[in-house]
Amino acid sequence: MLAEKYADRIAKIFAKYPDKRSGVMALLYLAQEEYGWVTPEALEEVAALCDIDPTQVQSIAGFYTMYSEKPKGRYWLQVCTDLPCALRGADEFYRQLCEYLGLSEEGGTTADGLFTVEPVMCLAACDKAPMLQCNFHYHENLDMEKMKALIEQWRAEASRSDGDRG
Amino acid sequence: MAHILLRNRDIADIWQFETYVAHGGYEGLRKAIKEHTPAEVIQIVMDSNLRGRGGAGFPTGRKWSFIPKDAPIKYVVVNADESEPGTFKDRELLEKNPHQVIEGAMIAAYAIQATAVYVYCRGEFWDLAHALEERIEEARRANLLGEDILGSGWSCNMYVHLGAGAYICGEESALLNSLQGLLGQPRVRPPFPAQMGGGLYYQPTVVNNVETLANVPWIVLNGAAAYKEIGTPESPGPKIFCVSGHVERPGNYELPLGLTFRELIYEHAGGIPNGKRLKGILPSGASGPVLRATDEVLDAPLTYESVAALGSTLGSASFILMDEDTDMVWAAAKMIHFFKHESCGKCTPCREGTYWLERIYERLLDGRGTPRDLELLESVPRQIQGLTLCALGDFACNPVLSTLQHFREEYERYVGLTDAVPQAAIAGA
Repeated sequence: MLAEKYADRIAKIFAKYPDKRSGVMALLYLAQEEYGWVTPEALEEVAALCDIDPTQVQSIAGFYTMYSEKPKGRYWLQVCTDLPCALRGADEFYRQLCEYLGLSEEGGTTADGLFTVEPVMCLAACDKAPMLQCNFHYHENLDMEKMKALIEQWRAEASRSDGDRG
Repeated sequence: MAHILLRNRDIADIWQFETYVAHGGYEGLRKAIKEHTPAEVIQIVMDSNLRGRGGAGFPTGRKWSFIPKDAPIKYVVVNADESEPGTFKDRELLEKNPHQVIEGAMIAAYAIQATAVYVYCRGEFWDLAHALEERIEEARRANLLGEDILGSGWSCNMYVHLGAGAYICGEESALLNSLQGLLGQPRVRPPFPAQMGGGLYYQPTVVNNVETLANVPWIVLNGAAAYKEIGTPESPGPKIFCVSGHVERPGNYELPLGLTFRELIYEHAGGIPNGKRLKGILPSGASGPVLRATDEVLDAPLTYESVAALGSTLGSASFILMDEDTDMVWAAAKMIHFFKHESCGKCTPCREGTYWLERIYERLLDGRGTPRDLELLESVPRQIQGLTLCALGDFACNPVLSTLQHFREEYERYVGLTDAVPQAAIAGA
């Protein structure tokens, strides 16, 4: 349960606002961090914490692109393919990235559950295209060579942490 | 010329509190509090003719003056939801020169005697927002915000709020709803945010863009008259121009308003790569009309008035450049896809209109378009423009109508009306 496990962080979130309802976005991030995605149970928990209806929480979770209402790969890659990035080759970069990971051009999640790839709207990094955010951290001025190195790095990181757990 | 806004380009590590202070940081706030009444600060900013840098260009001092003096609770909200395609200036300011934004926000807060400041950062500025919280703590420890600021008896805290990926939350009333934990959709106005009932938690609220606030410490320190010596009389001050797309040196350029398109694009940003000629210019990201790169356009000054006279807007000064090989129908389709995705769904004309516009563009690009589609592209915007609560609907019409106006022959080729090779570009470099 979020309420017990993260009592301090939750208290800090609520301390910022005169109305508990304003904590809903920060709490959805917290839930996503804890469960990997915004699960139906998470919606209930966040709703109870903010003292609003779960349906209202769900509408907010669905409204924004940074909340995921279904499970994602461990590395969630959102590639900007908006006009300024596309003028600098982002569409082709996205296509090659999907191909490299064995995904269709719609993106999706790799069979091993490691990577989710999707196109995303402008990330305010147009001068450093092609670029993407991975689990909310930016990687800029990319090409497929750099991308392959990053993917290998993430694969190694994932197998290391799996090894630790095993 | 030394930078006024992007001082990080001149001073290494100015993001650090000590470095910022060592270079005159927070002197503007000190001066405001020690030497001026709140009303005087508003007057100075009014006299400076500073206009909002978020896109609308509204006079900043006037915006502050609308706040009722007797309201017990008042807010300043910093709009750091920078989401317009082609815009990446607020990010550099917040990452590299954050204390100047904090200082500007606190001067605004002093001017309206705000009780709290919220910085609404787009969710994708995740790393930046967490670093900003540390910068705010540094300012708090120095008594530059928080309780009894600099012994003045005035108290005001500052908090960071993270969005979660929605262009519409850059629209101020949608931003306020989002901050309140409501759906990020625009409100009916009036009441406007500055008025009772219209702001954050329905209290009087000033919403200012990051870059706008970054101008304020300099104005307070150096005075309105000095500020007006930069730029032009109607559009004074420095402006950060974001340049992206087909350009040799993409990036931010802080320059006085009033230089020409040609100077910005060819002298500062290095011109168009591979010896190509420039065809299309979006001076205000995806939301303003595209311009054809004629000599007349290239020699026009970059001010709010002159770009408007050319039929576009200076907006947030986000220049997306497109060379002679760019397919303008494809470019318009990209922008429509953006607006369709970002339409919040509240107003039917925008929600439905952007959906149908996207369908038409899909047909055109698939080779299934007909001459009738060009008529539709002209009639659908007429059913959106002016019929929505916020400007997103109008924005969505701009790429359609402006590309039709300036590059109609490219649409005609898509529907088989002409085989003519489009007249490529216009001005030589």
